[in-house]
Amino acid sequence: MSINRAKVIEIINKIADRIEENKLYLTELDAVIGDGDHGLNMSKGFHAVREKLKEDAGNNIGDILKKTGMTLVSNVGGASGPLYGTAFMKAGLEAGSKEEIDVIDFEKMLTAALDGIKMRGKAVLEDKTMVDAIEPALYALSKAIQLGLSSKEALKEAVDAAYKGVEHTKAIIARKGRASYLAERSIGHQDAGATSSALIFKTIYEEINV
Amino acid sequence: MKKLINQPENVVEEMIEGIVLAHPEYVRKLKEFNVLVRKNSPITGKVALVSGGGSGHEPSHGGYVGKGMLDGAVAGDVFTSPTPDPIYEAIKAVDGGAGVLLIVKNYTGDIMNFEMAKEMAEMELIKVDYVVVNDDVAVENSTYTAGRRGIAGTVFVHKIAGAKAETGATLEEVKETAQKVIDNVRSMGMALTPCIVPAAGKANFTLGENEMEIGMGIHGEPGTHKDTLKTADEVTEHLVCKILEDLKLKDGEEVAVMVNGLASTPLMELYIVNKKVNEILWEKGIKVYKTLVGEFMTSLEMAGCSVSILKLDKELKTLLDATADTPAFKSL
Repeated sequence: MSINRAKVIEIINKIADRIEENKLYLTELDAVIGDGDHGLNMSKGFHAVREKLKEDAGNNIGDILKKTGMTLVSNVGGASGPLYGTAFMKAGLEAGSKEEIDVIDFEKMLTAALDGIKMRGKAVLEDKTMVDAIEPALYALSKAIQLGLSSKEALKEAVDAAYKGVEHTKAIIARKGRASYLAERSIGHQDAGATSSALIFKTIYEEINV
Repeated sequence: MKKLINQPENVVEEMIEGIVLAHPEYVRKLKEFNVLVRKNSPITGKVALVSGGGSGHEPSHGGYVGKGMLDGAVAGDVFTSPTPDPIYEAIKAVDGGAGVLLIVKNYTGDIMNFEMAKEMAEMELIKVDYVVVNDDVAVENSTYTAGRRGIAGTVFVHKIAGAKAETGATLEEVKETAQKVIDNVRSMGMALTPCIVPAAGKANFTLGENEMEIGMGIHGEPGTHKDTLKTADEVTEHLVCKILEDLKLKDGEEVAVMVNGLASTPLMELYIVNKKVNEILWEKGIKVYKTLVGEFMTSLEMAGCSVSILKLDKELKTLLDATADTPAFKSL
């Protein structure tokens, strides 16, 4: 697998499409146990990212991701803005001036992104947040790489683990965000942030053809 | 949805413009941001106070911009925290060299966005600190939740920390006083009807004709439980008892009381609630030093109210009585 600068922009635009298509779904998930704005805010943010990258995408993969992150922070609002924004910015810092990345780079970038999310949101596994999708995805990716699976196969493992994580959020009590006010009443409902994270992994997987 | 608006996506901006046109002697708007600052900002040498959060709680927060209270108020979308950029712009616009104190309500999104703005301002060498208001006793405060929410008690923080800043106190001193208010104020609310976020177009929960939600948050977050509608005295008794369980007041102590309407509850009903609050406190030997009744921290068109009780000492009494002159709060 080798992803160049143009492909990164293509993937980010595809993520924007998928978020737009799932805007109402994400919002409905959030309305049940949160405040019902996740899909709306994410779609607003990724729309701004699309416009930003059209006008000035930057010279390398680090730049593209940093611009994406900063645009998300400035446009999404709520908790998702700082969290996804920090994730993309940290991934961008990790990518640095690279103009092509492989699956090992992606693993490092994802590690940096997850650390950023945990630092900003002070959330850990089992809090019923996006961490419950991203952390298992990262583990699955690392394991698959170690086992010598192909890039495409490794990404498939990550996507499956992310969706398994989303499913698991139904079984646990929310400890972060507005859903935590519901305590036991949050059980049975999946976390919207974990869902959008899994959706992003799925989009990346679908866009990688090698 | 029955609302007197134009486009749902323009409500905040149009409201902010309307506020500026109504109160040009108090506030001005920062260009391109939904931020209101004092007309004469920045005030050299004075610690500046910036508050804010999602819109839909008017007169919070823009209504409290003025002498003796806030220097700046940042308005996010309805019920959504503002992003770091406008908060950062507000900090820059009001900093008079003595630093800026951010007053943040305890919501995950608000804290992250205000923290990021603080980090941005610190890179510009502006001294910034913040306090987190968490007065809502309806939410259990434990390490396993996001903690108690910030609701109407925030207005006491604006008033008292604002008065402290006017005395020429340092950022550390203003923060200490703000924290003292937070440590001594408790609130709890209840709702009779839900409210509708303009962009969503429908209420995100329902209450039956004879139902009420006890402990409801100011964004329609669920409270402790649903109950059948009871009398004002019974509801008030429940709210005040929950507050006093947490605040632990002793015989002879003095308090300030705020009975806050969520927007659709008539003043008549708020005064009825206030009568009962005062009676309960009086029976317990607690002296009510000051009472505020009205709409301070609303929730769009929700019907219902919240009660806040602030335990006072000599400093807090003096600062509560100090001059404040803002569009929504006057103490002259």
